[in-house]
Amino acid sequence: MSFNNLDTLYRQVIMDHYKNPRNKGVLEDDSLTVNMNNPTCGDRIQLTFKLEDGKVADAKFEGEGCSISMSSASMMTQAIKGKTVEDALKMSTIFSDMMLGKDYDESLDLGDIEALQGVSQFPARIKCATLAWKAMEKGMKEE
Amino acid sequence: MNAREIRQLFPILDQEVNGHPLVYLDSGATSQKPIQVIEAVENYYRKNNSNVHRGVHTLGTRATDGYEGAREKVRKFINAKSTEEIIFTRGTTTSLNTVAASYARANLHEGDEIVISYMEHHSNVIPWQQVAKQTGATLKYLPLQEDGTISLEDVRATVTNNTKIVSVTLVSNVLGVINPIKEIAQIAHAKGAVMVVDGAQGTPHMKVDVQNLDCDFLGFSGHKMCGPTGIGALYGKKQLLENMEPVEFGGEMIDFVGLYESTWKELPWKFEGGTPIIAGAIGLGAAIDFLEEIGLEEIEAHEHKLAAYALERLSEVEGMTIFGPKTAANRAGIVTFNIDDVHPHDVATVLDAEGIAIRAGHHCAQPLMKWLKQSATARASFYLYNTEEDIDKLAAGLVKTKEYFSDVF
Repeated sequence: MSFNNLDTLYRQVIMDHYKNPRNKGVLEDDSLTVNMNNPTCGDRIQLTFKLEDGKVADAKFEGEGCSISMSSASMMTQAIKGKTVEDALKMSTIFSDMMLGKDYDESLDLGDIEALQGVSQFPARIKCATLAWKAMEKGMKEE
Repeated sequence: MNAREIRQLFPILDQEVNGHPLVYLDSGATSQKPIQVIEAVENYYRKNNSNVHRGVHTLGTRATDGYEGAREKVRKFINAKSTEEIIFTRGTTTSLNTVAASYARANLHEGDEIVISYMEHHSNVIPWQQVAKQTGATLKYLPLQEDGTISLEDVRATVTNNTKIVSVTLVSNVLGVINPIKEIAQIAHAKGAVMVVDGAQGTPHMKVDVQNLDCDFLGFSGHKMCGPTGIGALYGKKQLLENMEPVEFGGEMIDFVGLYESTWKELPWKFEGGTPIIAGAIGLGAAIDFLEEIGLEEIEAHEHKLAAYALERLSEVEGMTIFGPKTAANRAGIVTFNIDDVHPHDVATVLDAEGIAIRAGHHCAQPLMKWLKQSATARASFYLYNTEEDIDKLAAGLVKTKEYFSDVF
């Protein structure tokens, strides 16, 4: 592997989300809160989101971690806003398949998330990318 | 000591990773194994495998001789008085948990104190948290100096007449600091406390003499000192071990079993329930032979030189923060750092693309990360097979990392 292969991991759009995270912060009021850690590396995320009429009305994240975990959190909050709970969970499954290098359902528009596809070639970093999605799933399932 | 020649004895180091010769700088997590250790384990399984302490047959005798012979090697290695004081365990974690579950739970009460430091590995933190919860004892932390070292004045101020256990690491797995265990043990003993030592990062790298340190317990792991995984030892002073109850009960550790009562074997076997880690112990014995042939003093001097060189080379990298003492005095071969604007996981991924293996994360030392005000750090750790050339490659890799991340932004 050379530095060129690293470019499949560190795509421009990922670094953009890392440096300029979307939906950074904490939602107040009746929002749902999920805290999740990656105990092997110290990454942590706090996800807050609001559901209205079965849809994600708003979502924000706070946390500490590497470029992959934080950009993934940024992209995830962006992607699930306005989606139904069902579609948000479906996206999570799609994302998980993508990380495992499997064929995935292409019926939903993934937008920026597709930039994370390269992570599947770096097995040690898959857990970084899935942290925010795991937190979202946990929150939805608790609801 | 010639690290280049020693390197030839480690088959795993002779490979390319991601198109580059492997530069292994993660011995703090686990060391690589020389051919002597690999062959000792293989030879045991090929020729001598049998259960110990029971077979009348020849293989049983060979396995028992190999296992008990390894115990004598461990005794000599840390200069314990007798093999009764050497208990084979799964590693440092099991060793420290044994002291906590057996000695501490039986002897601590509400109002008693356990003193540990901010630089402890989780395996020297959580067992004591649990003991504190179970007995009502209080867990206290020794503060650290600005440079990450422990001052004896702080030890004197923290250890009181209520302190029953002081448990400190010999070498910090993050800061590389070598702690003054002998002096801390004197203070602990003056207050009537027992001294427990986490030797995981110490025994691989320097001569450890339990009688000279005058510690009461010491745990260490074989896999960090060229031995196999899954084997380690607990040293304890005989009069303490004699009065402790076993933690695991079953085969191998009994003297007589009645329907409602049983009695235990004598030391050290009463603490070794179940079929022991025979191949592991034999591998650890081979690792001790290997290290002693080279000389622990030689190894320590070599790593000290590497640490000094790494501190010099790494501090040349722009945006570098190095944690722990800024000079190599009292430092083992561990250098932990962060580079501005690049998360340590990203540093580790870019270095891996260059064939360089380092550790990134909290290093099982979250209280210390809190003290350092870092969520994660990068760590390079050295051993007898590393050379200055490895450190040159690390420094060059870090410069490239820095450049790579300024380019992609």
